[in-house]
Amino acid sequence: MEVRWDVFLIIAGCALVTFLPRVLPLMVLSRMQLPEWGVRWLHYVPISVMAALVGQELFLHEGKLAPLLTNVELMAAIPTFLVAIWTRSLLGTVVVGMASIMVLRYLFSIL
Amino acid sequence: MGREQLHVETLSNARDQGSFMQGVKDCIPTLLGYLSIGFAAGVLEKTAGLSIMEIALMSILLYAGSAQFIAAGMIAAGSSATGIIITILFVNLRHILLSAALSPYFRHLSAFKNMLVGSLLTDETFGVAINEAAKKKQIDEKWMHGLNVTAYLNWIVANLAGAYFGQWIANPEGLGLDFALPAMFIGLLVLAMMSRLQIRRDVLVAVCAVVIAVGVSVVYPGNLGVIVATFCASTIGMVIERWK
Repeated sequence: MEVRWDVFLIIAGCALVTFLPRVLPLMVLSRMQLPEWGVRWLHYVPISVMAALVGQELFLHEGKLAPLLTNVELMAAIPTFLVAIWTRSLLGTVVVGMASIMVLRYLFSIL
Repeated sequence: MGREQLHVETLSNARDQGSFMQGVKDCIPTLLGYLSIGFAAGVLEKTAGLSIMEIALMSILLYAGSAQFIAAGMIAAGSSATGIIITILFVNLRHILLSAALSPYFRHLSAFKNMLVGSLLTDETFGVAINEAAKKKQIDEKWMHGLNVTAYLNWIVANLAGAYFGQWIANPEGLGLDFALPAMFIGLLVLAMMSRLQIRRDVLVAVCAVVIAVGVSVVYPGNLGVIVATFCASTIGMVIERWK
């Protein structure tokens, strides 16, 4: 039930960088406007950060490029993407992703 | 005169309470989503080796699904504090857009009250609030608090429930729990793309981000890849848009 000092620092730091982007625009934008290029750059951040994270998760295994033919994560990503596009449900996507990787790991273990 | 003022005050009090409760009610459709994602986050945080107190602290102070998933994964992988915090900052930059989009509706409020409105802003509460704004051309402050607080309390409960049950999950990989995080990223990526009408440009930016992230990470292991990729791919998107 303890809180470790280093974990506390990580949580506090993360909390600060979560709090500021939520609060500052509401507090400041009633007085000033973001420059147009800034708005456009920010417009692409959600796409690029999520894609970068997905890419790292799917293609890298312990810091190295994972071999394509045994990359179960990449294979499980295919039904996961399809369900996300088809249902547009975050929960459905997560459930199908987890089920796909379970099945694939089982198949690879018996083959 | 005194009595009249009192009367007016009780009337507006009753109306305030009414709009707060309406905000609570309008949050209900999103609760199932919060409960399940929060539960998964709690299980993942527990299996990443965090204590129940640390998980409670995380859901109370951070209160952000994707950020908590990533922080838990990176803590488990032994990443540096700086790397974790910078990655979380990038993941949360999208909140700038949400917060900016709501700012016109709260212009009449003080900076402090705007801070209170923004501090509990999430993707889901933003979605509900911007719908309300489209219907009524305004957002009531009390209604917004009702919506925000309901979502917040739900999230904390869901996290703790996940953390509690996570104790008994000995082999999270066997249940595919380690894939919950990439699956959620895939979901968030697809949802973000589908909600805007520029699929080709978005796909191009996404492919650039993947190539840069993987390429940089192979050379420099750690979190630099995600940061460089986010920066470069967003700039590519911005430049292409200006070109056309």
